[in-house]
Amino acid sequence: MEVKRNLSTFMGKRKNWSIPYILFLAFFVVTPLFLIFYYAFTNSTGGFTFDNFRRFWQQPEAMHTFVFSVGVALITTAVCLLLGYPAAYILSRMSSKTAKIMVLLFILPMWINFLIRTLATVALFDFLGIPLGQASLYFGMVYNFLPFMVYPIYNILQKTDQNLIEAAQDLGANPRQVFFRTILPLSVPGVKSGIMMVFMPVISTFAIAELLTINNIKLFGTTLQENIYNGMWNYGAALSLVMLLLIGLTLLFNGDGNAKAAEEGGLI
Amino acid sequence: MKKILANSYIGFLLLLLYAPIFIIIIFSFTEAKVLGNWSGFSLKLYASLFHGGIHHSLASALWNTLIIGLIAAFVSMLLGTVAAIGIYNLKPRTRNVVQLVNNIPILNPDIITAISLFLLFVSLGISQGYTTVILAHISFCTPYVVLSVYPRLRRMNENLYEAALDLGATPFYALRKVLLPELKPGMISGFILAFTLSIDDFVVTLFTIGNEGLETLSTYIYADARKGGLTPELRPLSAIIFITVLVLLLVINQRAAKKRL
Repeated sequence: MEVKRNLSTFMGKRKNWSIPYILFLAFFVVTPLFLIFYYAFTNSTGGFTFDNFRRFWQQPEAMHTFVFSVGVALITTAVCLLLGYPAAYILSRMSSKTAKIMVLLFILPMWINFLIRTLATVALFDFLGIPLGQASLYFGMVYNFLPFMVYPIYNILQKTDQNLIEAAQDLGANPRQVFFRTILPLSVPGVKSGIMMVFMPVISTFAIAELLTINNIKLFGTTLQENIYNGMWNYGAALSLVMLLLIGLTLLFNGDGNAKAAEEGGLI
Repeated sequence: MKKILANSYIGFLLLLLYAPIFIIIIFSFTEAKVLGNWSGFSLKLYASLFHGGIHHSLASALWNTLIIGLIAAFVSMLLGTVAAIGIYNLKPRTRNVVQLVNNIPILNPDIITAISLFLLFVSLGISQGYTTVILAHISFCTPYVVLSVYPRLRRMNENLYEAALDLGATPFYALRKVLLPELKPGMISGFILAFTLSIDDFVVTLFTIGNEGLETLSTYIYADARKGGLTPELRPLSAIIFITVLVLLLVINQRAAKKRL
């Protein structure tokens, strides 16, 4: 009886309802991340060491792959932004009913398994007689991640206060000025979360590059996966930590956009 | 003129996005083994998809994907809803910390999540298989459920629950009759989101599935592609999935539009 009453007063405090999830997060999110640190700074017998990082630094191949991957991610993000911003802008000007359907059409392809889509892209390139290589790699990347850029920008443009735009027009701004001095600055948070949502997955992807270049071009994600798969957990963990560092820098650069990106991460 | 230009730009992007999908659908109507070869119109792939001619391992991969997705989404929905209620009632400082940790799996690239979970399971000596995949999926799906339930709590009138208690409802009754109906839409969208994320996941699954021969659709396709070809039956399967989702989304959209009128 006593136990039961204790339990019911315990459950009666609703803040206690968070306890199962806090324990869950501690075990399945915090501990695993801690393990990456642990493995990165130890050798296979468990002794503390910096060797894993030294090896990354001294191995031109891994280093080269890393730099190349950052480049691919930057270019993909830039292309997505250049293609996606105008699209988001046009969508935000449409009547809300048409825009809804259009946005749906942009998101819909993501419902097909991305590996199948990627293989279909390969077939498309074969069909057009374009050899697989850098071109197909960038096409595949942009193709896969463009919707992630369009959606957050569209979202913020569509919520932009029309009065501000009209005020700018009334005060004598020409269309160009309205865009660059009113609309664009107001949409920066959307652009930031779009950049995050493209850059971060591109930097870490591995299967897309593998399939689109018949394994000719290796990205950092592939290096990570191969090392873990070949049992080099410590070295793999160190490489993961390098990637985490990069992600941390991106988050820092993004500042307030992070929470937004997290909220919009659920667009699929 | 401007409008035509704008519309054709959108049209061009959509064409780009849909070209590969059209290719899959078109080539699902031919028997050729290799995607891109046309050997005449045929419904044979559709027939073999439905009449047991289907590759046994593809069928079990599909089945595994659905089971894992449903279990992970259901558990995530329950865990995430209870968590959201709890988090909402925490002191602001604790709440911020929990929300921050909740965002980690969402912001983390999936390969980092995958490797970290892999290290967790191998460190504990847990053999990988069904259970580890489901646990891993729950761990990256639940944060999304929390995010979709939480705004509904914020929007809710605080006093309703208290009023129910004052009027003599037990906490459990008040939960069922007052809280849950308010949270239901968030729970449903959380469930759908979690299910989608789970069936679409590849990287985390690959790292937590072990090597006992268990396959989901994603790992099956990956293994298939590495061997150099795609099982032809995947073409009609993808076409069917695509059309189903298209119809579902259009219906949902239509109904939502009607409700607003």
